[in-house]
Amino acid sequence: MMTGCTLSNLLGIRYTSKEKFLEILHNSTQFVEVNQRAIKKVPSLRGRSIINLFLEPSTRTRVSFELAGKRLSADTINISGSESSTKKGETLLDTVKTIAAMAPDAVVIRSSASGAPEFLAERTDNISIINAGDGLNEHPTQALLDCLSIKERLGKLEGLKVAIVGDVYHSRVARSNVMAHRLLGNEVRLVGPETLVPSKLISADLLRPITTDNPGRLTVHSCLEEGLSGVDVVMVLRMQLERQSNFFVPSLEEYSKEYGISEKVISKYCPDAVVLHPGPINRGVEISSELAYGSRSLIARQVELGVAVRMAVLFTLLAGGHEG
Amino acid sequence: MKGRISNGYFPSLGKKADVLFNEGRIVDIIDPGKDEGSWKTTLDASGKWVIPGCIDMHVHLREPGFEWKETILSGVTAAIAGGFTTVCSMPNTNPVNDSAEVTQYILDQARKADLARVFPIGSISIGLKGKELSPLMELKKAGCCAFSDDGEPVWDSKLMRKALEYAKDSLFCLHEEDVRLSDKAPMNESPRSFSMGLVGQPTIAEEVMIARDIEIARYTGGRIHICHVSTARGALLVERAKQDGINVTAEVTPHHLLLTEEMVEGYNTNAKMAPPLRSKEDTFALQKALSSGVIDVVASDHAPHERDRKDCEFNEAAFGILGLQTTIPLMLELLSTGVLTEKRFVEVLSTRASEILRRPEVGSFNKGAYADITVLDPNSEWKFTEDKIKSLSFNSPFIGRTLKGKVTDVFVGGEKK
Repeated sequence: MMTGCTLSNLLGIRYTSKEKFLEILHNSTQFVEVNQRAIKKVPSLRGRSIINLFLEPSTRTRVSFELAGKRLSADTINISGSESSTKKGETLLDTVKTIAAMAPDAVVIRSSASGAPEFLAERTDNISIINAGDGLNEHPTQALLDCLSIKERLGKLEGLKVAIVGDVYHSRVARSNVMAHRLLGNEVRLVGPETLVPSKLISADLLRPITTDNPGRLTVHSCLEEGLSGVDVVMVLRMQLERQSNFFVPSLEEYSKEYGISEKVISKYCPDAVVLHPGPINRGVEISSELAYGSRSLIARQVELGVAVRMAVLFTLLAGGHEG
Repeated sequence: MKGRISNGYFPSLGKKADVLFNEGRIVDIIDPGKDEGSWKTTLDASGKWVIPGCIDMHVHLREPGFEWKETILSGVTAAIAGGFTTVCSMPNTNPVNDSAEVTQYILDQARKADLARVFPIGSISIGLKGKELSPLMELKKAGCCAFSDDGEPVWDSKLMRKALEYAKDSLFCLHEEDVRLSDKAPMNESPRSFSMGLVGQPTIAEEVMIARDIEIARYTGGRIHICHVSTARGALLVERAKQDGINVTAEVTPHHLLLTEEMVEGYNTNAKMAPPLRSKEDTFALQKALSSGVIDVVASDHAPHERDRKDCEFNEAAFGILGLQTTIPLMLELLSTGVLTEKRFVEVLSTRASEILRRPEVGSFNKGAYADITVLDPNSEWKFTEDKIKSLSFNSPFIGRTLKGKVTDVFVGGEKK
């Protein structure tokens, strides 16, 4: 029923096969090399056109995708929320029809509405739809770049224990990473207070990629020690500053005291772990500065690898995965 | 003008009979073929079921103000096609039905349409804003059958209390939703909403308001009708309130009886309504409650919306679905699965609503009642497709479903419609 991740879409890790996932990561390493050259441009997607449809404010992801397209020699056009017609009352359906009429090869979509990439995919033909973050649902390229960062540092992507700490409830990064690590067979632990990591709502049966029969283990922990003990990877999620207004936490101070991740916490519970954060960080809230900029942090590398991963996604979907 | 529907099966009686009517009123129900001389058969209903004209206590006819979604004419056309001879229209129009002028306008349009009867429901608060009481006496005199702020809860407990006291004998149809708890979220809160990245409405958003209103009704002695109960515990609260002798009745929609939140998968906007579709356990509990009489009636919550309001992001989509043309066949499904008896089938679609509304002249085969009669072929199978829809809108999750049971003839006041 669902169009899902066919060969030409990346709607979510939920629909992505392990083979495809690993293929994209594999292709990424070539582009990591390209990005180290003086001239960071290859002709792989010459003549192809890509529309970056960013209906929600975003700087990092938009720039990352734009750079990725340009370095592959594709023609990229950015349509962002403030410029697009959505502000003038045009509906997403109108936007989709307009874009479809322009017949680009790919549309990269970022939207505050969960399911917007599916909406696009169901209503267009012969256009690759790439999800750059939809509502609370998924952010698949973030999961891919997180995995690439982990692989680069740890030398492997399997047999890992991964803790995701913080505001899982509102995090598409968390959902995509849960799917990704379960796809790879890794153990995933979600850690945080019940309001942000609602055990009632987290079902190992539903929060899983549909492409595998053997997803990795998924557990929920409100106790930091229990959640972090012995893990290989700690992913710290961004704590939105307005969360206290809806009573998710009493205050950022209290959250920080109970669940803030510092070098001290890591060295106590999981001394071998590497630390990731999707950015932008709230220093001193969910993560301490010394940790964010310390030696076990992959945060800067995540941003760098983001471009390579997005090049790999565009290349894999548009060029059929064979270097041209 | 005399009329006679002959040889039909009367599920409420469990036997075949003929119904005689004259001057728009029921005269008698007699054994088939009896007294043939003076009452000629006007419709041979052999092989069909004959039931008192069905009543839908909860529809949105969208006029005045939203005539592109539905008009009173298109709405009552759908009602007749679906076997409903009386519909109670909710006041969330533009302007809101909070004055005699609007009530009169609705009644005039219904009279012009001359199809199903329309009983307008007046708003509890002016403009549905929950700030000031609507002129309840004026609305009642103008012809409103009940009061409701449907679409919105009455969030101010004091306003709720005073309304029940001020119009003590009136019926208050209550949309139960604590909007702080529900966040007006697009689906049920559950592992499914979480995994789809959607905020959900927890069942407690509905239940705490049902509990509150039951207590206010207990205290004031007011008469409340709980709209579209969607949760198992909501039904349980109604059951206990009834045991305590509180003046409470309740309705359930066909979709809450038959569909679950699984239908939302793929961000299906035709599965978005308020209250949202819930779990399988909830549907079972609701079926049981309808069967036992804890929930009194079925109401469709017919809520037409134009395509643009559904062909969009799930979060943006309008709440609500069509219901008038699918309700009777869907209740026949519950009959075939043993949830409803033939007698109960008639009660939930017709006679019980007549009692709740205190309008014995509709939904009844008693002598002197209006000759409002629904005739249906319970075995005829048909596919519900867009071309069969009489509404101006097409938002139904049942499109494509094969339905069993087709309304064949509908009489209102003795006239075939």
